[in-house]
Amino acid sequence: MSDKINLKIDNIAVSIKSGATILEAAKKVNIRIPTLCYHEDLCVAGNCRVCVVEQVGSDRLLPACAMPVNEGMEINTNSMKVRNARKQIVELLVSEHRADCTRCYKNGKCELQELSSEYIVGENGFIDLVAHKGYTIDNFSPSIIKDDSKCIRCQRCVRTCDQLQSISALTVAHKGEHMKVSSFFDKPMFEVVCTNCGQCVNRCPTGALTEKTYLDEVWSALNSDTKHTVVQTAPAVRIALGEALGMPPGEIVTGKMVSALRRLGFNSVLDTDFTADLTIIEEGNELLQRLKKVVKEKDDSVKLPLTTSCSPGWVKFIEHAFPELLPNVSTAKSPQQMFGALVKTFYAKKIEVKPENIVSVSIMPCTAKKYEADRPEMRSSGFKDVDYVLTTRELALMIKQAGIDFASLPDDEYDSIMGESSGAAVIFGATGGVMEAALRTAYEVVTGREVPFDGLNILPVRGMENIRAVSIKIENVLPEWDFLEGVELKTCVAHGLSNAKQVMEAVRDGKADYHFIEIMACPGGCLGGGGQPIPTSPAIRKKRSEAIYNEDELKPIRKSHENPEVIHLYEEFLKEPLGEVSHQLLHTHYTERNRY
Amino acid sequence: MAEVKQLVKGLADQHGRTMESLLPILQGIVHQEQHISEDAMVEVARELNISAAQVYGTATFYSFLHTKPLGKYVIRVCKTITCMMHGKNQVIKELESVLKINLGETTHDGKFTLLETNCLGQCHKGPAMLINDEPYTELTPEKVREIIMKYKHQEISAN
Repeated sequence: MSDKINLKIDNIAVSIKSGATILEAAKKVNIRIPTLCYHEDLCVAGNCRVCVVEQVGSDRLLPACAMPVNEGMEINTNSMKVRNARKQIVELLVSEHRADCTRCYKNGKCELQELSSEYIVGENGFIDLVAHKGYTIDNFSPSIIKDDSKCIRCQRCVRTCDQLQSISALTVAHKGEHMKVSSFFDKPMFEVVCTNCGQCVNRCPTGALTEKTYLDEVWSALNSDTKHTVVQTAPAVRIALGEALGMPPGEIVTGKMVSALRRLGFNSVLDTDFTADLTIIEEGNELLQRLKKVVKEKDDSVKLPLTTSCSPGWVKFIEHAFPELLPNVSTAKSPQQMFGALVKTFYAKKIEVKPENIVSVSIMPCTAKKYEADRPEMRSSGFKDVDYVLTTRELALMIKQAGIDFASLPDDEYDSIMGESSGAAVIFGATGGVMEAALRTAYEVVTGREVPFDGLNILPVRGMENIRAVSIKIENVLPEWDFLEGVELKTCVAHGLSNAKQVMEAVRDGKADYHFIEIMACPGGCLGGGGQPIPTSPAIRKKRSEAIYNEDELKPIRKSHENPEVIHLYEEFLKEPLGEVSHQLLHTHYTERNRY
Repeated sequence: MAEVKQLVKGLADQHGRTMESLLPILQGIVHQEQHISEDAMVEVARELNISAAQVYGTATFYSFLHTKPLGKYVIRVCKTITCMMHGKNQVIKELESVLKINLGETTHDGKFTLLETNCLGQCHKGPAMLINDEPYTELTPEKVREIIMKYKHQEISAN
């Protein structure tokens, strides 16, 4: 029996593997069937019915996203019946949707709006029910706004939170006409287990879930005569920003982005990659110190494995879900917050500007970073270390607002003092990147030699596999590190919180003996972050990942500890890794949070 | 709080800790406490290792699983079409005036809660209502007044 199924879609013959859906078969012959609840990253829900198609010989319309293909099937995707049904479905959805499009943040980027325009949904389709629904808007969170009046209950967010992140902060509550996407007791997102990762924002087809924007605040700062504006850009922004400005995925736009930021009026254009290198020095030393205490001094009070702490979604997740494992989390702040603390101390002094006159802005692929910057601990400079966090999407919008033709911009360079970075910092934006960067440095500190991988490319920690465990044998160490001779350094990389949960459950139950674990809250790492351009899919994330590793290859410096500006920072200001100044500015502590 | 914890733990021991156990556990809580409090839901989530929102989602789906405290006597009037055609709206109006509350509310003394519910399966004898587990059928405004008075007298003599 052949496992290929033959069918006809709009009279075009298709042959596709058994088990495929009509939607997949149509895609194969370049027929686009509209969808709303369907998303490549998620399980099929089949609840919006926008993708209905007609099967010849059958009265019923079939949902293309959920219907597997059958031998000899004849499908019409564009019959009168299908078009009428789709139009009516869209009209029904719009009747319960506050179609306040001109004032909506998602205007022009809304999937429902796009469908409405395709099917010319007029004004008098159905009675507008919005006025009778008593919808509410939750804008208490510093990261995410949930506007129920825009929700079409496709449940992409619910599936994202459950399947990708294992959190289920959002669920479907009540039934029938009262059914809604709700948090626990409909509490504000701010109060529940939401990690602010923004993966739901990335997948919401309408404006029901969006990031909280700080564009007005940033524009005010840029137009102020008394403020000195400093901007930092995260590693994963430079490989995705282009997508939001009409370029294909995987384009590296670092130079253009720097140009654009100068044109917007930022006084200092600096790089989060600089503090990513710094994070590696601090976190790498923390790892080595913990290894020393555990392996050499047999100190029970020191916890291994050490886990990374750069992903604020991950940090909030562990605070809620595994508070007993908080001593395992590196005390090193994330690169964003290290940067913030240094800007209003070290950098302020250097450029002779009072810290109170500095407005520190960061461009992040992330919505959780907005929450992180708001944490009460993040004021070690005596001021709010990072004043405003913008997502990649918000920066793209600013560039559009300013009338800048992004594609034609010349390449520009970051300002100095905190603008230099290594390839190791760039790969922070991809899952496995922090691990690779840390290994490049830690291995060399211990052995005096480069990591034994061709071209410093530690391929086993790369890729998109959910959980990757990699061991590296440490041999011929420097005398100072003799206790590590022959030790097999066991590491693990996980991305997406459902994978993180699996790893941490194994650690909690004593079933894993890793030394070092890298966890990123978002699928693919920061490159797939909740603040990145929409849409996201496995193919797009792969392109972004390739771009990141290309950027790494292109860098003259590939190892964090060789970044000259970082070396200079230690000589002049910090003195030594994990030293007194570091502890004051670059390290933090965590808080146990409600489990549910 | 400690009591709720004990109750939920007992129910989980009895019904198991899988997703299928969720409904019997919630029913068990309603049986004991009449409604499922926030604390109880958090405990259920902890026992079953699921999110509290998921427990809330399931609890709010079912008419007979309450998430708010109710009165001692819960009056559920059938809201479906047959009962409506037999005069359920007049019945509710009378209940509201006798109890001095609106639909969905509980009397100040905590004795009566007035709710609507889906079909009670008494379409041939509508309008129908339940007071706790006791069904009442072929209701008229006069009949409803008598029934409520009976409960009120019962309460007075109990004190």
